[in-house]
Amino acid sequence: MSAYLHRFGRYLPERVVTNAELAARFDRTAEWIENASGIRERRYAVADESIADMAVLAAEDCLRDSREVGLLILASGSGATGFPGPAAEVAHKLGLENTPALDLPIASAGSVFGLALAMRLAEAHGNVLLIASEKMSALIGGDPNTAILFGDGAGAALISRDPGPWRLIDAVLHSDGQYRDDLKSDGTLTMNGLNVILHASRKMPGVIQELLDRNQVAASQVGAFMVHQANLNLLTRVAKTLGVDLEKFFSNIASYGNTSSASMLIAASEWSETNSVQGPVVFCGFGAGFHWGAVLAERS
Amino acid sequence: MPESRTDKLRKLIQDVAGKPAPADEDESLFESGLLDSFALPDLVSAIEQAFAIKVPDADLNPRKFDSIARIEAYLDSK
Repeated sequence: MSAYLHRFGRYLPERVVTNAELAARFDRTAEWIENASGIRERRYAVADESIADMAVLAAEDCLRDSREVGLLILASGSGATGFPGPAAEVAHKLGLENTPALDLPIASAGSVFGLALAMRLAEAHGNVLLIASEKMSALIGGDPNTAILFGDGAGAALISRDPGPWRLIDAVLHSDGQYRDDLKSDGTLTMNGLNVILHASRKMPGVIQELLDRNQVAASQVGAFMVHQANLNLLTRVAKTLGVDLEKFFSNIASYGNTSSASMLIAASEWSETNSVQGPVVFCGFGAGFHWGAVLAERS
Repeated sequence: MPESRTDKLRKLIQDVAGKPAPADEDESLFESGLLDSFALPDLVSAIEQAFAIKVPDADLNPRKFDSIARIEAYLDSK
């Protein structure tokens, strides 16, 4: 069984929300926001721009003119509750009639879970279109510590059993529901920051090391780490724990903030346009649940 | 006179926080503003190194590290 990453896509809403704008709303300074998160600005969707709308645009950026898709997986934690989830709408808007469309409503780790599933399902379905789309601005409440972090956007990846630029090698996924109340949304996002950061700072390097160890790859051999863009301070600690240079962790959090599940694919999309790293690439995510995982890929 | 465990802990907290540890061993390190969410994992790592222990994921609870007294109690349990 082999699966390959072919290409990525992304969509970011036009509206730029700067730290200065949020500082005025939440009684913080722009400098405090940047020091606390590494974020300078983020994008917000307009009121009538839905998760499905953004997902379609990211998918079109990824697919270009092709519509050869055997399975669509849509990760989104900020979608409306109830059924059906947005995957069916996205498939319809892309013209993918009768193509199975699967929702993954698990927030920040959604794209790494989706990538691991796509890797294993490509053999049966051919081309798997993975999309992650989030409208986090709709969930922001009055807590400045969480409101400053989040932005909107969508990312996409095309995974196939047909050979492509990157071969997907292995994936490790974990969940621990005892922490389900520490990061959640019932329409408004709430986060126990102490516990979330404490666990993320240990579980992200932990799952990456678990993945590398069982594939006999040293962290120093990895060419790039494509990690959920939660907070620059968190990425710094993950890099330090693994003993690798922070420069190997691609980061665009300064421009887009934390876009939950979408962040890893948006980052991969930008990275893939500007980088020709030869070593293995590690994808990693952590978020509500807690769910966390990592995926290893190498140049074909 | 050898350094006591409490003195060693105070030094670790000061190194991580960049400010002196509180005199009151029961004072919350978080509610006092001495440690923030990113300093907590740094403190846990520093404790692991300084006392040659491994804090398992099951023990990753901020309350266990919320004061000098609670950290002492945690170290006693190891």
